[in-house]
Amino acid sequence: MTFRKYLVLAGVTLCASIGDSLLSRGMKQIGNISLNHLPDVILAVLNPSVALGILLLLGFFASYMTALSWADLTYVLPATSLGYVLLTLIAKFYLHEAVTTSRWLGVLLISAGVGFVTQGPALTHHPPKAQPHEQEYEPAAARNQR
Amino acid sequence: MKQAYTWSAIAVIVLASTTGDVLLSRAMKQVGDVGALWRKSGPWTVLARVLRNPNFLLGVLAMTTAFYSLLFGLSWGDVSLIAPASASLTFVTNAIAAKIFLHERVDHRRWMAAILVAGGVVLLAA
Repeated sequence: MTFRKYLVLAGVTLCASIGDSLLSRGMKQIGNISLNHLPDVILAVLNPSVALGILLLLGFFASYMTALSWADLTYVLPATSLGYVLLTLIAKFYLHEAVTTSRWLGVLLISAGVGFVTQGPALTHHPPKAQPHEQEYEPAAARNQR
Repeated sequence: MKQAYTWSAIAVIVLASTTGDVLLSRAMKQVGDVGALWRKSGPWTVLARVLRNPNFLLGVLAMTTAFYSLLFGLSWGDVSLIAPASASLTFVTNAIAAKIFLHERVDHRRWMAAILVAGGVVLLAA
């Protein structure tokens, strides 16, 4: 794991937490959406908080895809677990939601659980059965380029 | 009634995002290390390889379903319940799905994490 890869994981965490919070604030401003008025959920993107939230979630998506290209799914998800802590802090101090002691304990338990995973390897190494195929493919690709 | 709506939204988010996560993870493993590919061939090659991958497109479809379920859910319930509950349950279902479909090595550390996360979800919902 390089410093750049840790930055990508930090990007996943920050963009997801802040993006979710902005979406929540925007959807609360819009109010309840009835199943009889489904187009309202499409028009929700016109709300500035929802729009900014979507932009941050696009940033999350790009960094998440990057992380998945060099790490296991079961590594990337827990490695970005600090988002739960950040999300609860945002909910408490920015959205002014009630966060009870049991919810704080839940956040701690989740963070402790996912902390286990980050001590292990980031990627499962499968037997190199794909290598012969790649070796055949690469010279063919190189020939095409010439 | 609000509770039923909230937990229905969480169930749909978990199912859709687990499907999406597995498909996207498979797609990105097929694409290869994005950083190395970017330095070697440039951003357009990375973008073209990702966008042409069928697993990526199906994964995005599943994630879109999860996203709109999240939008519905957030308009009914607290962000500090829906977002952590769906994300944490997704972590547990992802551990199972990653072992079955992606053949990831889910060792005792990762199972232990799944159990602790499930406990955390119960506390968050209390």
